[in-house]
Amino acid sequence: MPSQSIHLGVIDYSILVLYVAFVIGIGFALKQQMKTSADFFLSGRNIPAWVTGLAFLSANLGALELVGMAASGAKYGIATCHFYWVGAIPAMIFLAVFMMPFYYGSKARSVPEYLKLRFDERTRAFNSVSFAVMTIFASGISLNALAKLLHNLLGWEYNVSLWICSFIVLLYVLKGGLTSAIYTEVLQFFMIVLGFAPVVWLGLRDAGGWVAIKQKLAGVATNPSAYNLADSASTTFHSDAWTSAWKPLIGGPSANPMGIDLFAMIFGLGFVLSFGYWCTNFLVVQRAMAAKDMKAARNTPLVAAVPKMFFPLLVILPGMIALALSATEGKGYQFPKAVIAEAKMSTAIASVRQSVASGADVVTASKTIASAAGTSLNTVKVEELLKAAKADPGTPDAQLAIGIQDAVVNDYDGVILSLVKRYCPTGLLGLALTALLASFMSGMAGNVTAFNTVWTYDLYQAYIAPDKSDEHYSWMGRVVTVAGILLSIGAAYFASMWTNAMDIIQLVFAFVNAPLFATFLLGMFWSRTTGTGAFVGLICGTLASALFHACTLSVGNVPGVKGGYIHNFWTLPSDMAQNFWLASFAFTICFAVTVLLSLSTRRTKSDEELKGLVYSLTPKQTVDQVWYARPGTIGIVLLIVCVILNYIFW
Amino acid sequence: MGLDIRFPIGMMFTLIGLLLSGAGFFSPDKLSLGININLIWGSILFLFGVLMWGSAVKAKGK
Repeated sequence: MPSQSIHLGVIDYSILVLYVAFVIGIGFALKQQMKTSADFFLSGRNIPAWVTGLAFLSANLGALELVGMAASGAKYGIATCHFYWVGAIPAMIFLAVFMMPFYYGSKARSVPEYLKLRFDERTRAFNSVSFAVMTIFASGISLNALAKLLHNLLGWEYNVSLWICSFIVLLYVLKGGLTSAIYTEVLQFFMIVLGFAPVVWLGLRDAGGWVAIKQKLAGVATNPSAYNLADSASTTFHSDAWTSAWKPLIGGPSANPMGIDLFAMIFGLGFVLSFGYWCTNFLVVQRAMAAKDMKAARNTPLVAAVPKMFFPLLVILPGMIALALSATEGKGYQFPKAVIAEAKMSTAIASVRQSVASGADVVTASKTIASAAGTSLNTVKVEELLKAAKADPGTPDAQLAIGIQDAVVNDYDGVILSLVKRYCPTGLLGLALTALLASFMSGMAGNVTAFNTVWTYDLYQAYIAPDKSDEHYSWMGRVVTVAGILLSIGAAYFASMWTNAMDIIQLVFAFVNAPLFATFLLGMFWSRTTGTGAFVGLICGTLASALFHACTLSVGNVPGVKGGYIHNFWTLPSDMAQNFWLASFAFTICFAVTVLLSLSTRRTKSDEELKGLVYSLTPKQTVDQVWYARPGTIGIVLLIVCVILNYIFW
Repeated sequence: MGLDIRFPIGMMFTLIGLLLSGAGFFSPDKLSLGININLIWGSILFLFGVLMWGSAVKAKGK
């Protein structure tokens, strides 16, 4: 939509340039401290908890949070908060209380290295390769979303934005390594929060406050197809489907727009996916491992949990505001969707007339018209249009054009952008835009620093060049930083083929992370788990994810990249349901295979070797902290707050 | 660590706050929902920046 793009003023550019200057400046200021490879990769284990805590949060703030969460907020409503209140928070507390002592205490330099210490080289190699691939994809998806956004908002050339943003990240990571990534992530955290808060505040004011939003969304829920939110005219939900977090879930998959049942939500997302991500993903765990001491390392996820709990206000609420505004007469707000160009519109109109003349069925007609228009169309709207055109063959072209444009599917990823456009005068616009850039950069830097550490320590040093000098590994770290960024750019071009970034990321995470948490859980808390059990279990779990994906499909998708390409044995109500069930299945297979094989194979590590790596074999640490400052106590308090939030929005 | 991150954060937001509130002050016609949001939000950012910067200076003085 470059035709609708807006122009930045001098003030907007000044804010943007100031931000870039500070970010690069931090990289250069830290350059002197990068003496050994440990400084570059591990940040010398020297950072206070509030800094690593905010970095922990910020590193995860890629395309996933701002664009994807607002998109889901509009698509699914407040149930999206479960990614936070059921998913992230309990997992982060578990990481702080139970797992961090083993990561930090074992002196492992990475999560794969912990696997080597606990099990053997096989599990480590498998995990480092899959993790490396995953970080590249996550970073590429983030980049792609950024370049697309800048193109839509400002009319900047996609390729130029892609390369310039990557170059800035490259510059400061190359100069200051992990320390620079962590420090800039803290700056980016404040930038994101302070840059978006005014947009949300204005949106909330505009929509008339939470009570008015609830009222409007009740109307949307009872007639979702009018807002292109459903593919069938008969789909309706209870009026609180978008505004209460639990009631629609309890009603089963057909009662909520996510198409999710309670089990998939609690076990699939809340337990398997979230714990798999927050407790084993080196991208976030690396931030905690850079903390200055054990106390700071354990406090890292707890510090992060506090703002995380309230993030839905910043990232999910905008989606709901946008949907409510689009349902309010007289606001002049149009939910974002692709605009069909004039030339394509005339072929689409011809295609409508032809479909009416030939009497083609709705599905076929819908496909032909959509391909003529060059965009996806909502079937319900097409059906209405065909009916109207059939009833009155003399319908003028202009009216058909309005009907076709109305049928274009919602561009959920465009929600944030549309609100920024609506509320930001020049000045605030620069700030909001900088916040967007900050979120993408923090996500990308997080992925790149995790990637270069895993590559250098867990793959290069372990298998390719074991006995080189420290300078050599420092050099390799810099080379692979460049390589990682180039690969991310490649992945971005690859990701530009899909529309909903969130679903793809969830799928990648499901493949890699779902079985992984079973391995860590058994490894850390059951001393009987053997190396062979863990390795074969992990392989089986990952294969199980792939197999599950190949044998299931969600409603409305065709066999192929969305699954079901071997045979469609089970049709699930939504993409998200498919992801959550896939995770649950992979976790269960990995858990079962690991337990069975561990019982039938011999242990290769003695109790002494597993000290500091397994819960029952590690002596309890004497804590010098007062009871209320202990991670356990803070964790319980945070959980209580989380339960209260769930109760308020029940 | 040689660098207290509160310094750059404080400096950056002080400067951005000045820029934004300045823009709001000199072109009060740039409104959003009838509010001079640049002036209001610029002042908030400025205050945040100064507090952050101040706390870093205080910590260094100790």
